[in-house]
Amino acid sequence: MTEQALIDTFEAPPRRQRGWAKLRGVLLSDRKALFGLVILSLFTIAAIFGPWIAPYDPNAMSFDMMLSPSWSHPLGTDDLGRDLLSRIIVGTQVSMFVGVATVAIALVVGVTLGVLAGYFGGWLDHIIMRYIDLQWAFPNIIIAVYLVAVFGTGLLNLIIAISLAFFDDFARIARGMVLSIKEEQYIAAARTVGVSHLRIMWRHILPNAMAPIIVQATVSVSYAILAEASLSFLGLGVEATTPTWGLILAEARSFITRAWGLGIFPGIAIMLTVLSINFIGDALRDFLDVRETKESA
Amino acid sequence: MSAEDVLVELRDVRKYFPVKRGIVFDRVIGQVRAVDGVSFSIRRGETFGLVGESGCGKSTIGRLLLKLDEPTSGQIRFAGRDIAGFDAAETLAFRRRVQAVFQDPYSSLNPRMTVEEIVGEPLLVHSIEASRAGRLQRVRQLLSVCGLPARSVDSYPHEMSGGQRQRVGIARALALRPDFIVCDEAVSALDVSIQAQIVRLLQELRSEFGLTYLFIGHDLSVVRHICRRVAVMYLGRIAEIADSDILFDEGCHPYTQALLASVPVPDPEIEHRRAHQMIRGEIPSPMNPPSGCVFHPRCPLADESCRRSVPELRKAGEEHDVACPKVGPADISPAWLTDKAKADAVPGGPGRS
Repeated sequence: MTEQALIDTFEAPPRRQRGWAKLRGVLLSDRKALFGLVILSLFTIAAIFGPWIAPYDPNAMSFDMMLSPSWSHPLGTDDLGRDLLSRIIVGTQVSMFVGVATVAIALVVGVTLGVLAGYFGGWLDHIIMRYIDLQWAFPNIIIAVYLVAVFGTGLLNLIIAISLAFFDDFARIARGMVLSIKEEQYIAAARTVGVSHLRIMWRHILPNAMAPIIVQATVSVSYAILAEASLSFLGLGVEATTPTWGLILAEARSFITRAWGLGIFPGIAIMLTVLSINFIGDALRDFLDVRETKESA
Repeated sequence: MSAEDVLVELRDVRKYFPVKRGIVFDRVIGQVRAVDGVSFSIRRGETFGLVGESGCGKSTIGRLLLKLDEPTSGQIRFAGRDIAGFDAAETLAFRRRVQAVFQDPYSSLNPRMTVEEIVGEPLLVHSIEASRAGRLQRVRQLLSVCGLPARSVDSYPHEMSGGQRQRVGIARALALRPDFIVCDEAVSALDVSIQAQIVRLLQELRSEFGLTYLFIGHDLSVVRHICRRVAVMYLGRIAEIADSDILFDEGCHPYTQALLASVPVPDPEIEHRRAHQMIRGEIPSPMNPPSGCVFHPRCPLADESCRRSVPELRKAGEEHDVACPKVGPADISPAWLTDKAKADAVPGGPGRS
């Protein structure tokens, strides 16, 4: 070691902004992400405090059926005279929980299988990918219906069923990314250094494969909310007395010509959620991509 | 050459890659003979060059030596032991002694890791420095040895130039204090001025840390400058091995001659006058190599016997082996090169200045 090295050792270089501070910087500098954050926070509050915020009991029926929006019922009433605003507020909890939890499970399971298949290849790849091909041959909703029929109804089983029906997309994307990344020289360099397979997958492959996976995750949230609606509509989801966005939307179909609000408002709620998650997902992608955050960090 | 001097030894190493076809059920329809019976040894402390055109199997040899691929047959011995027989712990110990500097400074560093993480990773994985502060200090020392400022620990690879990135790659290779470094085209992707800096750095490190290099390259002037012994490869086989000066001045294999003749001379007058004995045709497919001597379809000396028998490496002098029966000590200047052309084309050469 030279003398200069010793001097440099004691020189304290300026540390880069990291972790939470950097994430906050990215979120605040991105207007769309900020919008998403605000909307999502509002929905989160509604999800937690829904029963207390709602102006009416979401299941209280009256003879004022299919009213247009008015001061007493801001979003109108449905075919059984229930207040639509209250039903949407109370429904936030189940819908958001299903949407987020489902995607989280599908992401973890799918990415794990996809990375293992792509990294190790060989018979493991064959087994995993042939199963996923099999699952691809069926529409997601059919698989979810089948799984609910096997597991039984209920919120937890619903989440498991939808996430299992969704994980194949994540596995496919992750595998594709891994196949291209593992040919990079830094993977060969990591192996030469003696890095374990697990650490190569976790530290070298996964961070570089995240961008398309995040996009897929944000898109999947909306599908998950709608899948919950379909299953609930078929009587395979939550109980009919539990209002969820999807259920409200599904029930509205029969009356859409007489009460336009019944379809529009739950639809807007789903749309806003998905849009917010998309915006936050984009910001998250920027945050994870070291090249693009250079200016905002 | 005594046995203790040899650090790395290849014995008849072959690496065939199967070529598969089929969607559901693969079947092997052929083999790419990337490396086909290569033997040589590298002595402790020397820089051994491996040259040849792209696709001749030189990088595959590098990967085999790094234990990134397993040879199809043959033995690779490191410090007297067959590396194929290593268990997990021995492999890890082997990795501490054998490191690599890769070709592409843009793809050999993980774009999402800082320099600190990249250079510190070997120290972490081998539990040499458990604490982050200790690692950071070692990383700064390594960077400084490689001519990088200590503040670059926080940089990401994309914030650095090609030469700086290659220095980071060298620092990572040095982190474990290895004995042997495979430089796989380590300077090919860099600008010429940067190449010179990196070559000088590699030479300094060699004397400072007592390193042994396998220097894989296709730039003959760089190879001549840095290497003590050089092997010329063609289509997975060794054409000629010799002391660097002997090879570049008296290399007698027709392929070596052609390679040397293809190096441009930085003097337009000489360049214009000298005979351009261009090599004919394209490099054949390693999936279906020619019979006999693999070079015979392009060789100016080839006759019927070259089509039939595979030439063995034979002694052509002290520190000089050549795999061609047509040339050798008896006939060191091939007939197809006139004395005049030879005098202009071969001696001196570039990189000699």
